[in-house]
Formats: sequence, C-alpha cells, structure tokens
Amino acid sequence: MRLNRALLVLAPFSLLIIFKSWLPGWAVTPPKSCLGGCADINGMIPFVDWVNAAIKFLRKYEFFDAFTFRDITRSISGMIDSLLHFTEGLLHEGFADFNIGAIPWIALVGAAAIYGWYLRGWKLALLGSSCFLYLALFSKRGIWELSMQTLSAIAVSAPIAGLIGVLVGILAAKRKTAERIIWPILNVLQSLPHFSYLIIVAIFFGVGSKAGVIATIIFAFPPMARLTLVGLQNIRSEVIEAGIMSGCSRMQMLFKVELPSARNELMLGVNQIIMQCLAMVVIASFIGQSGLGHDLLTRLQRLAIGQALEVGIAVVFIAIALDRFSQAIANKQPTHLPEGPFWKRRPHLTTFIGFVATILVLSPIVPFIAKFPEHLTISTSVFWDGIVDYITLHFYGPLANFRDALLVYFLIPFRSAITGIPLIAIIDLGACLGWKMGGWRLALTVSLFVFFIAASGYWVRAMITLYMVLVSLMICAVFGIPIGIWASRREWSTRLMQNICDTFQTFPSFIYLLPVVMLFQISDVSAIFAIIIYASIPIVRYTIFGLRNVPQEIIEAAVTSGCTQNQVLWKVRLPVAFPEIILGLNQTLMFGLFMVMIAGFIGTVDLSQEIFRALTFNDGGKGLVIGLCVSFIGLTADRLLVAWSDRQKQEYGLG
Amino acid sequence: MSNNTKIACKEIWKLYGSNPRGFFEKNQRNPSDEAIKSEQYIPAVRNATFDVYEGEILVIMGLSGSGKSTLVRCLSRLVEPTWGKVEFDGIDLLQAPEKTLIEIRRHKMGMVFQNFALLPHRTVLQNIAFPLEVQGIDRTTRESKAREIIDIVGLQGRDNYYPRELSGGQQQRVGIGRSLAVEPDIWFLDEPFSALDPLIRKEMQNEFIRLQSILGKTIVFITHDFDEAIKLADRIAIMYEGIIVQLGTAEELISNPATQYVAEFTRDIPRAKLLSVRSIMEPLSGTVSEHLCVFSDDSIEKIAQAVLAQESDIQVMDQHSQVVGMLRRQRLLETIFENSSEE
Repeated sequence: MRLNRALLVLAPFSLLIIFKSWLPGWAVTPPKSCLGGCADINGMIPFVDWVNAAIKFLRKYEFFDAFTFRDITRSISGMIDSLLHFTEGLLHEGFADFNIGAIPWIALVGAAAIYGWYLRGWKLALLGSSCFLYLALFSKRGIWELSMQTLSAIAVSAPIAGLIGVLVGILAAKRKTAERIIWPILNVLQSLPHFSYLIIVAIFFGVGSKAGVIATIIFAFPPMARLTLVGLQNIRSEVIEAGIMSGCSRMQMLFKVELPSARNELMLGVNQIIMQCLAMVVIASFIGQSGLGHDLLTRLQRLAIGQALEVGIAVVFIAIALDRFSQAIANKQPTHLPEGPFWKRRPHLTTFIGFVATILVLSPIVPFIAKFPEHLTISTSVFWDGIVDYITLHFYGPLANFRDALLVYFLIPFRSAITGIPLIAIIDLGACLGWKMGGWRLALTVSLFVFFIAASGYWVRAMITLYMVLVSLMICAVFGIPIGIWASRREWSTRLMQNICDTFQTFPSFIYLLPVVMLFQISDVSAIFAIIIYASIPIVRYTIFGLRNVPQEIIEAAVTSGCTQNQVLWKVRLPVAFPEIILGLNQTLMFGLFMVMIAGFIGTVDLSQEIFRALTFNDGGKGLVIGLCVSFIGLTADRLLVAWSDRQKQEYGLG
Repeated sequence: MSNNTKIACKEIWKLYGSNPRGFFEKNQRNPSDEAIKSEQYIPAVRNATFDVYEGEILVIMGLSGSGKSTLVRCLSRLVEPTWGKVEFDGIDLLQAPEKTLIEIRRHKMGMVFQNFALLPHRTVLQNIAFPLEVQGIDRTTRESKAREIIDIVGLQGRDNYYPRELSGGQQQRVGIGRSLAVEPDIWFLDEPFSALDPLIRKEMQNEFIRLQSILGKTIVFITHDFDEAIKLADRIAIMYEGIIVQLGTAEELISNPATQYVAEFTRDIPRAKLLSVRSIMEPLSGTVSEHLCVFSDDSIEKIAQAVLAQESDIQVMDQHSQVVGMLRRQRLLETIFENSSEE
C-alpha cells in the first residue's frame, strides 16, 4: 500500500527525467522570452518590469495633489534619524549642545551587572558586565564606538518593530478577514531573504544608518505579529469569560485581560525581535548601516581575517548577552515583595541608585570613568592573523585537496543532476507530493509557486540555489540526526547540546562566513560549509526534542516487552519522533536558504549572485522578484514538509 | 427560600453548526433528533425551560458534554442562545443592548470558573478588585472592599501574592472572592471544585456552605458530581444530551426518577440519608407497634435503628401529630439495602 503510494508519485517523475530528450524545449527549461513575444525581457512574464513600473509610479505619485510618496518616506526617515541621534547621543556621542557626555562605559558595565543579578543571579550579571568589559577592553580599533552604533540602531528599531508587530497581531486576532490576509503575507515576509528588504528600502529611503534601521524594522516585525496573534488566540476561554463577566469594555478587555494574559508569547516575541534586529543591523551594512557590521564587511572584503574575527567575536558577545537578557526578562515571573523599608523591598533598585550616585560624584575626579584608559586597550587581531597564517601555511594543501575532491566527486555531479531535471518533472513532483500530503489545494499552491519561479526568468539560478540547499540539507541530516540521537540519550549531553544550539542560534548569520572563509577561501565549498554549520542547529535541536518527548509510558512498555536499547531506539523512539524530525529538516532547509543568500557575498552563481547585482544597481524589481523566488522555494518545501509531519502525527494519533 | 423568580428561562435552544438560526426556523422551531443529526448540528441545549428562585441553590448536573456549561453561559449571555428567552429581574437579557448587559454584569452577576480563570499578572488583591476597577471605582475604595472580601474567603496575609504562588484551593478562593466583589444578586458557579483534589474539594464545599449561610445569594451551580449536588442543592436539574430530563429536589429524583437515565444516576446514592419516611410510607392497615412512632419528615437514616429494633410495623405522623400512614419494616429494609440487592 505504502509502496504503491510512493510509486504513484515517483513513477511519472522518473519517467519524465528518463525521456527528457523527447520533451519539447519549453518543458525542460522555461523559455526566455515573454508570452507576448516581446524582446529584451528575461522571463516568460515580465514580473521584474511590473514591479519596477510600480515603484516608479509610487515614487512620483501625489496623494490628494498635496504630497508625494517621497514626502512620506522623507518624513519617516527624518523621524528615524532624530531617534537615532538621540540614542547615539546617549550611548557614545554625547549631546554637545547641552554639554552632556555619553553614558560612561563603567555605567553600562555596572548597570548590566545589576540588571542581570536582579533577573537571574550572578551568572547573568557576569555575562552582561563582561560583554561590555570586552567591548571596552578591545576598543583599540574602535570596537566600543562601533558596538554603540550597532546597539543604538537596535535600540531604535526593536521597539518600533515590536509596536508594529503587536498592532498587526491584534488586528489579525480581532478580525477574521484581516487574519486571512495577514497570515500569508507574514509567511512570505518571513521567508524573504534579507537582501530583498535592503534593496527595496534603499530605493525608497536611500542608504545610510536610517535606511538600515527602516529595513531592520520591516524585517523584524513579522515574528512579533505572529506571536501576538498566537498569544491572543491561545488565551483560555475561561479567562476571557471572566473578563466579560467582570463587565469589561472592549478596550479594558484588550489592555487589562488579553494582552497581559498573552504575556509569555509577547515576551518570546521581544526576544525574537531583538535577535532579528541584531542579525539585520549587521547585514544592513550593505546599504551603509554604520556599526560593527560595516566594519566586519569592509575587513572581510579586504580579507583581513584577523581583524574581522575580533569584530565578529564582539558581535557574538553582544548576541549572547542580548539573547540571555531578553530570555531572562521573559522568564521572570512576578513574585510578591518582602515586607519592610524600601531598600529591603527593592534591593536591586537601591543598589542601582547608589551606583549611579557614586558615578556622578566620582566622574569629575576620576577620568577613567568617562573613558576607558587608552593605554589599557588591546587588540588580538595579530594573534588571529597568526592563526590564519598558520592554517594557510600548514593546512592549505590538505584543505585544498579536500575541497577539490568534494567539488569534483560530489558537488559538481550532484549539481548537474539537479539542474538537469526538466521543469515539467519538477512541477509534476511538487503537485503530486502536494496532492498526496494535503489534497488538491496544496497541489495547486505548490504548482503556482513553481510556476512563478519558472516564469520569472530565474529558473536556472533557482535550480542552483536548490542544489546548494539540498546538498547542505543532506549533509546536515547525515551529521545532525546522529548527533541529536547521541545527545538525547543522557541528561547531561542533552543539556550540553541544547546549550550549544541555543548559543549558536543567536549568532547573526553573517558571522558564520568568517571561519569558512578562513579555511576554504572563496568557493562553493565555503558557502556550503557556512550553510551546514548554520543550518545543522535546527535538525539537532528537533531530533533531541522529538526523542526526548516520546511518552515515558511507551518506552516503559517497550522495555518491559523485552526490547534492547537499540530496539527501543529503532522500533519505538525514532518512529514516534519522526514527525518532529521532519519539522527539524524543514527548519534546516529554511535556515539553509537564508544562509545561501548571504553566502552569495563570498561568491556563488545562484540567485544570491543576482540579488547582489540587484543591490549594486539598485534594481528594486529584480530584488523583489528574486526574493520572491527564494521565498517560494522555501514555502514550497515548508508546505510539503509540514503537511507530511502533520499527516504522520495524525496517523500516530499524536495530535 | 422565597418563591420570587430571579431568572426565568423559556425554551432555550443552543445549536452549533453552519447556520443554526436558519436551520432552527426551517424545522418549525422544534428540530427532531434525526434532523439535527442528519444536518450535522450539535445540540448543546434543547428546549430548556425553568425558573431560578430568589435565594435558592439550583444545581445543574450532568456528565461532560451534556450542555450544562453552555446552558449557564446562556443565562449570562456569554453564549448567544439560538432561540429562547431569558428574563433576569424582568429584563429580557437576550434583547438587552451591550451597554445594559455590561451594567448588569458589573453590578448583578458573579461567576466562578472551573480552572479559576485568574489573571496571572495581578496579585490576589488586584484580582479580587478587578471587577471594581473596570467599573472605574477609585483605588482606595476598591482595595478596601477587596480586603474585606479577602477576609471573608479566608486569604488573610496573601494580599500581595500572585496566583502562581498559591495552591489550587487558594486560587479558587480568589476566584470566589473576585466573583463576590460586586455583591452580585446572582452567582454562577461553573464546576468550581472539580479541578481540586478530593480532600480540598470537601473543604471548599463546606466553605461554600458557610459562605452561603452568611450571604444567602441566588445560586446556579454546575457540577458533574452527584454527591456534591446532593450536598449543596435546594433543587437539582439533570441534563442529558442538552435536555433537562428532570428538575426537582434530591429526594424527588431518587424516589421518583423521570427516566431510566436519572434512575441510573441516582442508583448508587445512599438512600437512607436522603429519603424521608414519607416517600416509603403506606396507608395504615394491620397492626402497628405501640412503643414507637416516627414523623413523616424524618430521614430514614435517623429512624432506621429504632424502627428495626421493633418487632412490628410503625406508625407515621405529620408535624401536627396526626397519624398519616405506616412504615413497614420489610419496606424499610428493602430501601436501605436496595443498592446492594440489585448488583
């Protein structure tokens, strides 16, 4: 029965591949001219031109004959600009007009320590303060200033993105029609590569830090909107009823009952927003966002690996600290205060006030409070450069051989196989799988996605992107699943692996390019390695989660039936965890896709190269259409894999 | 218990499905089981007509899915009935505009929920003061009122605790306190003790009886536990598949079950405790004992030992000491051991 089903899907697919030479040309690769027969257009349907025409129209359009679209964008960027001025003034520039300096470094170190102590204890205090200490200590090359620029961009973009996200989420939760429109848009937005945002924003808002902040806001709000919606929908109906029975009006209901009850989801959203903002602020350096990302970018371009690493470590440090702090805020549950005088009820606040007072008193007397003494700052880039040189010197041969072997015997054959699959076979496969997994609707959705890519004119490049993602997915699965299985066996290894995953996941994706460029220079192999490191995280995580969440009773039943450890694993735990593992693969694929697009920076010939070209030439249509191609590759895989996982879960009665 | 009607329900229907109102009208406002089933509607409440009297405890009882929760939500219009009429103090609730409804809920209704439904971000004090807060009552007034209630429900010293820091029983005390904050005329309790463990449940039931003896509210109480119903109720309504199959005192249900279902339900209940002599007495005939007589209002449990010690049947008198019948020893024995003999 099962075999028959698989045959039904695979048979036409393989037939189409085998009889490829008999197929008409348009069925193998989509034609390059448009349907109407017009010239000099890349795709069958000129999506790119349509988008560009729309952009042109928008830029010129006058609302009510009073103001143009450009006026709107100008006023927005003006607002963002003044906000940025304020946060940068606070963090590193000071306010010359008022003769007020920036917040001294030691105040940030101390504040982070006290806040961390309040939230979770001395470990978090140590993490927070050592992060700022690192930034101050290694500021020989200006890392402190750069970090403060990055932080101030986050300080502006995160709250705005959060606010937009919450508003959109509330709208979707309150109006069914709004939800139907907003949900798919969020899906597309969340799978659009970073660079599509950058290109569109650069067209309307120009370049520089304010444009970077705007791109970051647009990039970071969707998860918050989604979590707000989920949070509002998950409130127990009893709580809502209690609100109604207490006689709440609509507004009282929203602000006093619903939003506070959705606190957990909202706080998770805050964490995601902050991490998304950091990732995007780093990448926004491509459109001139100043800060750590910009420094990283220029040093990478000059292949100054040692210096880039030093900056990279600062980014990583900030990422971990931001993540742990926002998680600690999310997990902090309210507790009743002890009785007594103010300092006893609020010891942390008292300490903080005392600390600030001390600094204010001491800062005119002790100079190093305001500025970290320059002669104490250090730089480790020489050390890192040494390591890079050592690696190049001693390992260049073996690494190059490894790289070439991988290319010749594995990657290139695989790539020709994938790119050789006829268009019609792929549409057929997608439609059949969609139909099998989720009925005709899914089949139609998937076919439309594939058709868009075929019609857009970027088919061949899309196939190369697909090849890179699939290769990485395979390698991730081969390594990630066994690692997950190993880790899930014992309590300590589970915790260790989860910690590693949590930590690695917080790094902005851009950071992953550093070590691979260091080892493999610039090639397909480096790109694939970067993808693998980045995209292995979810598969490991989901495998552990799936295996760990097999109900204890089932395992006990298997053991009492006389299963050996291995039998328990193969016959019980893996099959039951299978739906979760599929979800892990899905996430791995999405991560991979994101990374592929960033890896274009170190030279690949797929869609990402095109998108970099679009960025250079400020070609909004191209940027958006390629972004949508990437997004649709991701959504196709996502739809199919999630449907598969759901079906498995249903078959097992797991919900 | 007076006989003033507090809530009058007439022909309440609640159907779930694609177009309940249209379906209902199409079937002459009395759809049959077959019609409901064939068009895939789910009947939560069917044709419920009953009154709630001022000062009584009416227990609505049924298994899960019998529609009891939906019915009580129709009374406060948390759920919009498909059809019917609910009169609260003479006001037609189903026609009342949103504003009137909010006013009624703010001042006249209180509700306690099965899983407490406390607001996790508010302290005990703030949770209890919540209904007063949404009315716009100033902070000092509402908090002093809430403190009074904290004393009544026995949570002294826990004012500033968060729900998370309390046990289940304590949380439900907060829920009860919140529902009492506005001094409601009618008090809905939706399985308030079902989520608690047996010992705590018993304690809370006693607490509830104590509270009611102080407050004397009109109460609609929902439960799936017949023992609880017997312990608390003035009258019990038994629901089955959305229909109120019988409404009466515990004694009426036991001595005179309307359907097989009610009989099944009441079978394992210790009769001796609930039935009075009246329900098993017979007209006077033959010889009776001269040493003992019992009152018709006495419970069987109370008189059993004395009666069984006698050799012959016993006279029964009403409260005016008029002889109204006799109690046969054999019948008494049968009643006491009825449960075990059937098994």
